[in-house]
Amino acid sequence: MSQGVGVSGIYVRDQDEALSFYVDKLGFIVHTDAKNGDYRWLTVQYPGQASFQLGLFKPQPPTVDEATAETLNEVVSKGAMPPLVLIVDDCRAAYERFSQAGVEFTQEPIERYGSVDASFRDPSGNGWKLIQAR
Amino acid sequence: MAGRPKAQDPKLLRRLLRAKDRMDAASHEEWPVERLASVSGVSEAHFARSFKDAFGVPPHRYLLTRRIERAKALLRDTDQPIIDIAFQTGWNSLGTFGRIFRDITGESPSELRARERAADHSLKEVPHCFVSAAHRPNLKMAVSEKRRRDAGDNGSAPDDTEVP
Repeated sequence: MSQGVGVSGIYVRDQDEALSFYVDKLGFIVHTDAKNGDYRWLTVQYPGQASFQLGLFKPQPPTVDEATAETLNEVVSKGAMPPLVLIVDDCRAAYERFSQAGVEFTQEPIERYGSVDASFRDPSGNGWKLIQAR
Repeated sequence: MAGRPKAQDPKLLRRLLRAKDRMDAASHEEWPVERLASVSGVSEAHFARSFKDAFGVPPHRYLLTRRIERAKALLRDTDQPIIDIAFQTGWNSLGTFGRIFRDITGESPSELRARERAADHSLKEVPHCFVSAAHRPNLKMAVSEKRRRDAGDNGSAPDDTEVP
């Protein structure tokens, strides 16, 4: 068992919507989808990256109160959460594939600084940078 | 009305974010309110106010900061003539560009270029867009107001509107 960061999560406004986005559109696979009452622990993985799970969490009681949940949903939908970076072998190919699947790109692929990068958002407002591995 | 603006529906905010993203992607283009409102699916009457409540600045001032940010990056990272940078970042005249650039950053485009060239950069490991966000001018008031304050309120009325 290797050491390091195992799970890091993002807030999403709707876990079903997020699941469909990350799995059906981006090609992630579900690692854990466990419900306990209203609470749902949902994590996905990028294919081949077994050591890391991306959590798709809904801000909700009991982890936060209703008012805080509302604030967090606002913050996410304003695009104010920290940046996320997805590394791919071929940025343009991934852009084509994701676009066809209906992903909302905010920047088309640009070649610069010895690489190619693009940007997209998930339905909740989380912003991703799509960067070609150098 | 100081303090936190009233809560906004996340679905509305997500659509307003779309308008902001579109300006980010093409800040050199013209972004009249009707165009932005239609991207967001909001009425023209409500767009500007909703945008300001969401992001803290009116949409056209936001656009202005993005244009200056891009111009600064081009001055820093390329050898393009300043006039080309002005047109490329959305201004219709070199004079207006130079004036607004100085109003916002406190120096002229050529001064900024000379200063940035002289400085050492250690940001090569940071993805470009985040570096660029860090250099975004923090424009908290209207350009016309900033100009008035800088001029010591000597009564000379600015002749530019804020909308570039």
